Amino acid sequence: MKINADTDRCVGAGMCALTVPEVFDQSEEEGTVVLLQADPPASMDAAVRRAVHLCPSGALSLA
Amino acid sequence: MTEAPSRPVTFPLVREHPFDPPGEALRWQQQGALHRMTFADGHLGWLVTGNAAARAVLADNRFSNRTELNHPPVAHPLFQEEDRRTLPGFFLRMDAPEHTRYRRLLTGQFTVRRMRQLEPRIEKITSDCLDAMEGSAQPVDLVQSFALPIPSLVICELLGVPYADREQFQRDSAALLNLDSSAEQMAAALADLMAYLHGLVLRKRAEPADDLLGSLAAGGELNDEELTGVAVLLLVAGHETTANMLALGTFALLRNPDQLALVRDDPAVAESAVEELLRYLTIIHMGPVRTALEDVELDGRLIKAGESVAFSLPAANRDPERFDDPGTLDVTRPPTGHLTFGHGIHQCLGQQLARVEMRIAYPALLRRFPGLRLAVPPEEVPMRSNMTIYGVHRLPVTW
Ligand code: SF4
Repeated sequence: MKINADTDRCVGAGMCALTVPEVFDQSEEEGTVVLLQADPPASMDAAVRRAVHLCPSGALSLA
Repeated sequence: MTEAPSRPVTFPLVREHPFDPPGEALRWQQQGALHRMTFADGHLGWLVTGNAAARAVLADNRFSNRTELNHPPVAHPLFQEEDRRTLPGFFLRMDAPEHTRYRRLLTGQFTVRRMRQLEPRIEKITSDCLDAMEGSAQPVDLVQSFALPIPSLVICELLGVPYADREQFQRDSAALLNLDSSAEQMAAALADLMAYLHGLVLRKRAEPADDLLGSLAAGGELNDEELTGVAVLLLVAGHETTANMLALGTFALLRNPDQLALVRDDPAVAESAVEELLRYLTIIHMGPVRTALEDVELDGRLIKAGESVAFSLPAANRDPERFDDPGTLDVTRPPTGHLTFGHGIHQCLGQQLARVEMRIAYPALLRRFPGLRLAVPPEEVPMRSNMTIYGVHRLPVTW
């Protein structure tokens, strides 16, 4: 599972960083999403899917 | 389900039970996610009661949040003004890309990590409040001694607003959100708040300060009017919301002793308890509203360009299609994506701050006062049915 993060759409709500801190962080200045792992291990699939679902701005997608 | 042409409804506002959504909203929910609704000015628009439909509309940029396009769901002086322009800095009522500019300036200040860094300070503020409460004569009003001062002190420190001035801005903020305020009272409160914060903005420009308003002033991207508008929004939002969650949440826990015991005794429960209380109580009583910029099909119905859509978030957060046993308060429920902070580009900027405050404050209160109980019969707790943000006016407690 590969994650795509569109920082232009990101509104910095932080739901991703709250849900899976191992995978998502936020930049210090803009608060927009920073991908720590674009291709996380399969064991994290469920958590990553939840984060994608919780993202309010549709900035995250899966491929 | 057949296309039963649902009768136009008005916005459901009456909560028959202190912790439940308006019964009317739940009844409409059983009949579908989308309903024809008459707005306060006679406009025929829509009411959303379903969770998936609410998420879809709130995340769809074909719907606008601009003040001048949105019709008021209930009579409210702030909406009745002839001149319903969006004030500079009120980015809550703007669309992209205007909204994006403001949001970008602020999001870095409210990240999950930054809010975690505030934890020791919030713990200290909380324990100071509890010390003061412990020393006062019983019963005490939990709103005045706990629920309001914690978020108020925290947001004042974060923004760089002198806490000593709180009497004025707490009063103005309450008047702004009271549905019973007259248009004059509301305009006066807003003008008062703007004048106060405008003065503060000028001071921050003159003397650099190491706080949020100070750094925005130093950043130089916002003019005085814009910065004042931002300050008004953040100050009001930082007060009323968390304060009402803390007071109403405590009331709900006191009425559900097994849940209260979990929050008090099991530190691991604090996080899910906060999400569940946010979902179960949904203090966003009225609003938000969006207006279609073009024709949009939703749930087999056609929302025409120019039509406003109101949302019953309390109902959407009790949608059985999304939550098992939605009417039960279960503080161990895994966080599930409630809509209390909204959804889409306007999702609450301060949500991570609110989470930290609640995660610290509820267990701290319950551990300090294991014998905490209501000092009046529950029916006598005055509910804030007439406010945009739901909650209690007072919560007399003893221990
Ligand atoms: S949840 Fe979405 S909007 Fe929020 S920080 Fe992550 S990517 Fe950005």
